[in-house]
Amino acid sequence: MVAIIDYGVGNLFSLKCSLAAIGAESVVTGDADTILRAERVILPGVGAFADAYAKLCAAGMDKAVYAAADAGKPLLGICLGMQLLFERSFEYGEHRGLGLLKGEVIGMEGTLPAGLDIPQIGWNALHKTKESRILANTAEGAHVYFVHSYYAAGCADSLAATTEYGLELTAAVEKENVCGCQFHPEKSGKVGLDILRAFCAMEG
Amino acid sequence: MITKRIIPCLDVRDGRVVKGVNFEGLRDVNSPVALAEYYTENGADELVFYDITASAEHRALFTDILRETASKVFIPLTVGGGINTLDDFDRVLKCGADKVSVNSGAIKNPSLIGEAAKRYGDQCVVLSVDIKRVDGEFRVFARGGRDDTGMEALSWIERCVSAGAGEVVVNSIDTDGVKGGFDLEMLEAVCSRVRVPVVASGGAGSMADFVTLFESVPRVSAGLAASIFHFGEVAIPELKRELAGNGINVRL
Repeated sequence: MVAIIDYGVGNLFSLKCSLAAIGAESVVTGDADTILRAERVILPGVGAFADAYAKLCAAGMDKAVYAAADAGKPLLGICLGMQLLFERSFEYGEHRGLGLLKGEVIGMEGTLPAGLDIPQIGWNALHKTKESRILANTAEGAHVYFVHSYYAAGCADSLAATTEYGLELTAAVEKENVCGCQFHPEKSGKVGLDILRAFCAMEG
Repeated sequence: MITKRIIPCLDVRDGRVVKGVNFEGLRDVNSPVALAEYYTENGADELVFYDITASAEHRALFTDILRETASKVFIPLTVGGGINTLDDFDRVLKCGADKVSVNSGAIKNPSLIGEAAKRYGDQCVVLSVDIKRVDGEFRVFARGGRDDTGMEALSWIERCVSAGAGEVVVNSIDTDGVKGGFDLEMLEAVCSRVRVPVVASGGAGSMADFVTLFESVPRVSAGLAASIFHFGEVAIPELKRELAGNGINVRL
């Protein structure tokens, strides 16, 4: 069973359907006990960092994420959910994150070369930077769907893949049982479903 | 590098695709779900569902279709048509839409884009604009291109983007349906004014038109079309090979 954490941020319908499409049972839940009983946990999210972090904490889901991570359950952050795993974000001010991964989230505005659209919206290629379990089924150069204006930097040894958008941006991270995708695997066609399959094959 | 996107647009009325679509191997040619699956298998980077249902009581059919499509198709889905309120955003997002396209709704209620962007994020809000040249300027038209709003298009687009529109679909009424190519001049003008992705719509008649589009206006991030895809005049896999052959980065 995969627990998809529901803390009032974003649309979880597609994610649940994509897991069903690969034969994985999932539950959308904001209940800490359900999360702790699940074999693996997904932290989704869209919108603004500070607002999402506040909602996560208000729902008590920060503690559930820590407990799942401590218990060694495979944990996957998607998009803003991935960004929340880092130490801090500079989206509209400076905000603390969950700190499960080393690094911080910074804006494309001002760091990207001129002439590139912000947000990055569309399909871009993955470049693997290390062997990882989350990208075990994914070919070098495979395209996935990105929608974001902020990105994680300084990820140290968790960095698993980058994508080139003016700069080499963090696309996927993995450190032990904690992993994340800046892109949307649930919107990345067959490549994305393979990434979700790899996650569902991860053992804690 | 990010790829240029190719986006088929499906007009849906009362839960069925309008205009006959003719593909071999597609049994129900008017089923939005079957067509969405077909396009997803055949290289579409994204799908737009445009709801042209006139009556509110038939609108539920559209959300049923959307929900079913989203449960089977795992590429981005944009929904447009009849989006006038935040409740409309909510209705389609809950059924699996990733982005919501606003056109006349934003003209009637200029605060809609800002409110939607605040609630759902900029990435979710697409501004769609029907533009026609009038008296030497680009003019915004409402109600499917029927009404001249009198507003100058470039400043309207700029205003909507600063309010939170994360993407702009530029539909040129001047080139729409003519199949003589995209409106390169209009697209260039829009791209030079905003920094969000711009989607070109209106005028595609051949594969060469897409090559010209991405070569002439490199800032354009996607090409959207309807009938040339539906009638099989341009097959998306072939189009993408043609683009790649011309050095344009696409997802093959």
